[in-house]
Amino acid sequence: MNKFTEDDLKKELETKEYEYGFYTDIEADKFPVGLNEEVVIAISKKKNEPEWMTLWRLEAFKVWKEMKEPEWANVRYEKPKFQDISYYSAPVQKKQLDSLDQVDPELLKTFAKLGISIDEQKRLSNVAVDIVIDSVSVATTFKKTLNEKGIIFMPISEAIQEHPELVKKYLGTVVPTTDNFYAALNSAVFSDGSFCYIPKGVTCPMELSTYFRINEGGTGQFERTLVIADEGSFVSYLEGCTAPARDENQLHAAVVELIALDDAEIKYSTVQNWFPGDKEGKGGVYNFVTKRGLCEKNAKISWTQVETGSAVTWKYPSCILKGDNSVGEFYSIAVTNNFQQADTGTKMIHLGKNTKSTIISKGISAGHSQNSYRGLVQIGTRAKNARNFSQCDSLLMGDLCGAHTFPYIEVKNKSAQVEHEATTSKIGEDQLFYCNQRGINTEKAIALIVNGFSKEVLNKLPMEFAVEAQKLLEISLEGSVG
Amino acid sequence: MLEVKNLHASINNKEILKGINLEIKAGEVHAIMGPNGSGKSTLSAVIAGKEDYEVTAGSIILNGEDLEDLAPEERAHKGVFLSFQYPVEIPGVTVTNFIKTAINESRKAKGLEELPAKDMLKLIREKADLLEIDRKFLSRSLNEGFSGGEKKRNEIFQMAMLEPKLAILDETDSGLDIDALKVVANGVNKLKSKDNAVIVITHYQRLLDYIVPDFVHVLYNGKIVKSGGKELALELEAKGYDWLK
Ligand SMILES: Nc1ncnc2c1ncn2[C@@H]1O[C@H](COP(=O)(O)OP(=O)(O)OP(=O)(O)O)[C@@H](O)[C@H]1O
Ligand SMILES: [Mg+2]
Repeated sequence: MNKFTEDDLKKELETKEYEYGFYTDIEADKFPVGLNEEVVIAISKKKNEPEWMTLWRLEAFKVWKEMKEPEWANVRYEKPKFQDISYYSAPVQKKQLDSLDQVDPELLKTFAKLGISIDEQKRLSNVAVDIVIDSVSVATTFKKTLNEKGIIFMPISEAIQEHPELVKKYLGTVVPTTDNFYAALNSAVFSDGSFCYIPKGVTCPMELSTYFRINEGGTGQFERTLVIADEGSFVSYLEGCTAPARDENQLHAAVVELIALDDAEIKYSTVQNWFPGDKEGKGGVYNFVTKRGLCEKNAKISWTQVETGSAVTWKYPSCILKGDNSVGEFYSIAVTNNFQQADTGTKMIHLGKNTKSTIISKGISAGHSQNSYRGLVQIGTRAKNARNFSQCDSLLMGDLCGAHTFPYIEVKNKSAQVEHEATTSKIGEDQLFYCNQRGINTEKAIALIVNGFSKEVLNKLPMEFAVEAQKLLEISLEGSVG
Repeated sequence: MLEVKNLHASINNKEILKGINLEIKAGEVHAIMGPNGSGKSTLSAVIAGKEDYEVTAGSIILNGEDLEDLAPEERAHKGVFLSFQYPVEIPGVTVTNFIKTAINESRKAKGLEELPAKDMLKLIREKADLLEIDRKFLSRSLNEGFSGGEKKRNEIFQMAMLEPKLAILDETDSGLDIDALKVVANGVNKLKSKDNAVIVITHYQRLLDYIVPDFVHVLYNGKIVKSGGKELALELEAKGYDWLK
């Protein structure tokens, strides 16, 4: 029987409002609004960065100033006023702590509300957690266990200090500062994020997990994640995000770079439920994220994402299949409700021979929302026998929402095989009545149908996440059918 | 058990049921026959509470309670079960998961705990065996790609699981081959007791050889125009409906 079924979930859902929409009252060390060279330098200084890092940021800032915000995505929103944002906000609590006893109790309460009591996680789920609240990484658990295997898992700000050679070697190699507007901005002002290195031949014994959370009002969050899996290693990485409910829009522009060296494998899972805005479309997070992975020979990268939050999402986790026989996968569920807009998908760039990619995208739209899949499959001239399979399914609820599919296929090698399938369906009155007749109420029925629709992707998530993801699907679609 | 009194129902302002009276006691089997479009499926849907239909007059009373204000799922919780003439597909939701959800939702409505997985599994096995359903079948997506007969068999499997008070079988026999018909009819008979009742909607006398009705009603143009014992079905088989016009 399917373990991920929704039975316990309903019970836990007491409110229909955004569950994580609370605000932690912790003193924050926050910069005045605005962005210029001084601010970039100040951020760098605040973090005690070496000079090469400061210069790297400044270079990115220079590039960013010359760039324009992209407008090709199928989303409409009021552009963030980049000079009205504060680019640094840290809970006042400078030291990295050794034990939870030293953590601000308010903060611990926040963790509890997030449902990630660290104690619990330590004991029960064998998950190492690196928590980024606003911009500073507050607590890292499990360091010791990881140390023994030579695994490095720490805030990137620390990695810059402690492992500059690794950071310097890989930072910006997959997502260059010049890549796009938001990536450039992130490179200039990123405040923290996670760094992870798995040594040669090591299988990481636990899921590594980061929780991001935007807390302060009027701040942007720009995390930077760098995951390096050295030859023949394996790691599964989980990323979850929440943000408190606010009237104004909050900006989130992260960059994630994955590097899978020869024969390595990285599994990267995200459950994103940033505040989506209220029923009228007010507030919510702007989520403009650049995620990309590089595969060397025989390497594999899988992206799995469940996107239920944010007012505007712009996100394309991608794979560059550089090495021969490398494999890229993208499994995605994107839910939009009310006035949410999502433009999400992937890019699979096949460069090496016998490279393979799979894309499974499930879009669910309700309310007045717009949900777009945008995917590029590119087969280079050298990519003999490259293969891609793409499947994009859309599920519509009601008549006011939209689902769109924009597949781009560029094939430069004749031996390539590229397959694309797309379907659009609607939750029918007949399906709902059928469920109702069996004693299943409409909300539960929708959850059941949506879970069925999303199953192929849900099954790709690690167990703990799958349960949470199902719960989120249910929350985000509550009240979506009158 | 069930009392339908002067029931009028319409859809899109078109009256389909034009004054139906029906009384069914616990332990009885009633067959409803009648030409295509006479309103048989409409009657079942209205009893089950489908909201597209507007009940313009009359009432439906189940065990003394007027169903008028009850949502379809609430009626289901009270023991109403409809075996659909055209069962609906739900992709990605397995037969097992669906029935498990249905059972637990009904239990929840009655203030009961969820059925432990172990007991659920046992129940599923038992009922699947009763209806000679292959285990592999249980992990398939509900009704997706099922043959006509498989769909109907699965409806009765759900009925067996839910043990309703009032089961309405809307043309459950159509699509079943002769052997399957026997299996399904046998299943229905095993589920019959003095505490529940069955309405069998069918076009063919054959099913009634296996599920023997206490009463047969003829629905014609939204009204019950004739009622009788099981021999009425034979008469209809021989003469058709014309003589009743
Ligand atoms: N949504 C609708 N709008 C208009 N007319 C409808 C609608 N739904 C059903 N009807 C009509 O109601 C009448 C009764 O239909 P119903 O399905 O109840 O017949 P039935 O007796 O079950 O027929 P069959 O033996 O073919 O299954 C038919 O004339 C049908 O066309
Ligand atoms: Mg019918």
